[in-house]
Amino acid sequence: MCNKNYQLKNEEKDLKKGFKLEEINALFNGFAIAMSPFNLLLMLVGVTLGVIIGVLPGLGGANGIAILLPLTFTMSPTSAIIMLSCIYWGALFGGAITSILFNIPGEPWSVATTFDGYPMARKGKAGQALTAAFTSSFVGALFAIVMITFLAPLVAKFALKFGPPEFFAVYLLTFCSFVGMNKGSPFKTISAMMLGFALATVGMDTVTGQLRLTFGNPELMRGFDFLIAVIGLFGIGEILLSMEEGLAFQGAAAKIRRQVVLNTWAQLPKYWATSIRSCLIGCWMGITPGGATPASFMAYGVAKRMSKSKNFGKGQMEGIIAPETAAHAAGTSALLPMLSLGIPGSPTAAVLLGGLLIWGLQPGPLLFVEKPDFVWGLIASMYLGNIAGLIVVLTCVPLFASILKIPFSIIAPVIIVICAVGAYTVHNAVFDVWLMLGFGFLGYLFKKLDYPMAPMVLALVLGDRAEDSFRQSMLISQGSLGVFFSSYVVTGITSLALLMLLWPLIGKVLKKHS
Amino acid sequence: MSQNLENSNQDSLISVRVIDIITALLFIVVGLVVMFGSLKLGANWSSDGPEAGYFPFYISVIMLLSSAVNLYQAAIVHKKTEAFVNKESFKQVMAVLLPAIVFVLGVQLIGIYVSSVFYIAFFMVWLGKYRIWKAIVVSVGVSVTLYLLFEFWFQIPLPHGSWFNPLELVGVQ
Repeated sequence: MCNKNYQLKNEEKDLKKGFKLEEINALFNGFAIAMSPFNLLLMLVGVTLGVIIGVLPGLGGANGIAILLPLTFTMSPTSAIIMLSCIYWGALFGGAITSILFNIPGEPWSVATTFDGYPMARKGKAGQALTAAFTSSFVGALFAIVMITFLAPLVAKFALKFGPPEFFAVYLLTFCSFVGMNKGSPFKTISAMMLGFALATVGMDTVTGQLRLTFGNPELMRGFDFLIAVIGLFGIGEILLSMEEGLAFQGAAAKIRRQVVLNTWAQLPKYWATSIRSCLIGCWMGITPGGATPASFMAYGVAKRMSKSKNFGKGQMEGIIAPETAAHAAGTSALLPMLSLGIPGSPTAAVLLGGLLIWGLQPGPLLFVEKPDFVWGLIASMYLGNIAGLIVVLTCVPLFASILKIPFSIIAPVIIVICAVGAYTVHNAVFDVWLMLGFGFLGYLFKKLDYPMAPMVLALVLGDRAEDSFRQSMLISQGSLGVFFSSYVVTGITSLALLMLLWPLIGKVLKKHS
Repeated sequence: MSQNLENSNQDSLISVRVIDIITALLFIVVGLVVMFGSLKLGANWSSDGPEAGYFPFYISVIMLLSSAVNLYQAAIVHKKTEAFVNKESFKQVMAVLLPAIVFVLGVQLIGIYVSSVFYIAFFMVWLGKYRIWKAIVVSVGVSVTLYLLFEFWFQIPLPHGSWFNPLELVGVQ
């Protein structure tokens, strides 16, 4: 008996070892694909474009990629996703530049970086602050990528057994997490989300072939494309908000000397604990769709609480390391559920998922089996792209900072023109440009009234797929909701989802008791 | 930020509360539209499974319920009296939004290239107080770059105008 057990354990160990090796093999194959000169060039282009996008107000990871997506239709999917994901890494890096030098967060997830980054820059330590920010971004991303490398195939393998009820339960969990994780009113989150679902149903019904909610308007037959929504909500909305604040860029001088970089790097290992904590927070918030922004705030808060220093808010190094590490870890790990389950963890991941669908790839667990070259090429490019990103931002900061010297009265109309071009090229329809403008105003309104935009965008992206899995589950069970509690796995996921949904309520009760 | 709050009540155009209430009401209207739309499609169970309006119907129910709570909270619980937008910011926002609407109309009627020239130049002269020649150089530059990028490099034609294509006047297609 004992012997048998031992044997079994040994076999298990071998299996695990084999599995790990398999991944490392696949990863090396991926490197071979990503390392082609053309792909390396795309990486550099992507990262540079991404940093520019991250620096400019009104353009960010999500809508920047949405605008460029139609231009990649002619490329091979692997090259296209390498370029687009590198834009994402670039945008994640770029957000820090404006926060530290100009006290203006280029991206929402770099708001927390301004707290200590800008004071440091004003003390003449801009070089140190930037180096710390970029390096910790890199560390956060690297941590998340290693996690993706080993965890994503496992999740995908597990999810291969999923049927429609399991998938719907995962969708439910995704959306309920938004309610549980969001700081604002849960009802506003739900309303925004339902608006996304409602917009997603407009157009042709994939199951019955009927036209839904088009009210006889031929332009609505195409439905609402989420790319248009992303461009409008995040692009035009952002411009309107910046305009209202009457932006005037006044920044510290930017230049990073090699000596400063080396000195800062020598200091950074001191903050390993903050780093690891922020990595974990980031990964957790990225996989569950909390997103990079709350992750950066949470990491900042935790770092502040755990630190003995009272210098926070006046230029404390940890105050830069924590949010940057967490934001980058979250932004990167948002790709894990996107790759392994076909469920994006952030609007930007959603746009990348939209890209996969357009290139004819079905995101989800089967992707690892059917298109290993694509998946592992992408994962390998994440390593390379982030290294490229780090080099680009460390060497070219003055260049990127000078972009911000272009006055807003030139940047604003040019960005609106670019957004219009992006919206038009999605379906070659001028009607979409009008829609973009509408979504832009909606984005402005949402931002001012604390309606969250991410759940709405994800609902718009996933609406059809969530509905399909819901209908299929209903068909299996002949209309009984009991199917979502029919096995251990599905019961577990559904219960977790309900827990997340009720979290705001539970949190309140717990607070009262303590 | 604190300055904003102090000034907000003096030249406030409209309070957050009012906009919050209007938005919640709009959500309810959309919810009702979706509900009636899906009932018309059939939100029941037919011989071959759920009908086309089955899923959207429940979406609309949830939307109506949550928006009703939002309405209640905006109108009765929170009563946020601070300004949604003050006069100065409202002007700034409109200064972007209105020309943008005219620009999109221009894209539809006379194509994107010429509209972009007018739009960017107008913006620079009016809000940026630039000299006219500078504005023309920048706006024509952007537009020509767009033209070369899309018509030649990417081979994706952008709108040339449904009513009148001004590019024909200068002999380009």
